[in-house]
Amino acid sequence: MTSDHAATSMTGDHAVDIDKHVRVYITVFVALMVLTVVTVAVSRFHFPVPIAVSVALIVATIKGALVACYFMHLVSEKKLIYAVLALTVVFFIALIALPVFTVSDGYWIAE
Amino acid sequence: MEIPYTVEVRRDTGLTNGKIGIWLFLASEVMLFGALFASYILIRTGAPSWPRGDTLLDVPLATVNTIVLISSSVTMVMAWASLMRRRFGTFRIYMGATILFGLVFLVIKYFEYSHHLHLGELPSTNNFLAIYYTLTGLHGLHVFGGMVVNAYFWGPGAKLWKTNPVWFTNRVEHSGLFWHFVDLVWIFLFPTLYLL
Repeated sequence: MTSDHAATSMTGDHAVDIDKHVRVYITVFVALMVLTVVTVAVSRFHFPVPIAVSVALIVATIKGALVACYFMHLVSEKKLIYAVLALTVVFFIALIALPVFTVSDGYWIAE
Repeated sequence: MEIPYTVEVRRDTGLTNGKIGIWLFLASEVMLFGALFASYILIRTGAPSWPRGDTLLDVPLATVNTIVLISSSVTMVMAWASLMRRRFGTFRIYMGATILFGLVFLVIKYFEYSHHLHLGELPSTNNFLAIYYTLTGLHGLHVFGGMVVNAYFWGPGAKLWKTNPVWFTNRVEHSGLFWHFVDLVWIFLFPTLYLL
């Protein structure tokens, strides 16, 4: 449910709907706390850097997805918002890929 | 002149203008932090050696800050949910808690910074500290900005609730979207800087 949907009709039915959402928020909050503990605990094992980076980023991505989907209501947004975000993701990947390719190119030259 | 589509949604987009506006702004914010994360990758992979974050930074303090910021996200969304239930008093409590959590985050950050500065660990000391101060400093400014906006809605801006509760609820949700984004950025900053 988005606010554009809901804020225009704050009725009794919506109160019941919001109660369901509040339960989801609490569940997500607990999940985020558990994943924070997992993130810190895994770092104590001192895995090799590639494994440590992979695990940390996977856990962070799950946490980020929980925040975006439920707290930011992306699970039930309008198409235009998804379109804006899809474009953002494309440019973000290009931005991150740039240094990654630069570095791999450097290794190739070094070889 | 009245601002259009603050309460009713546009037929073509199905959204209020404020909602589209905040998401476009957040898209630009993704690119801002994305550029800094890209810089971090470039600097780190290009360096002959790179320290583990936990050898230089205070992980327990940063863990507390992570918990504080996640808690603030929950109180923020609960503030919005309170308005949806037409409980203005509860909204004030949750919004006040969100602002307080933000303040706690910044106070902890202040202690972290002052500890490093006391040891002579400046941004100019090495590349790790340079990117650490840049990323956490920019993030801290975002926390401060979010607090200012939230404080406005907690205080003088709340007058709108009496005249136009739907518009006020929408504005609080937009402010919340920014706040959750700030939390989301920290979720990635924390392991990147402190644990790896």
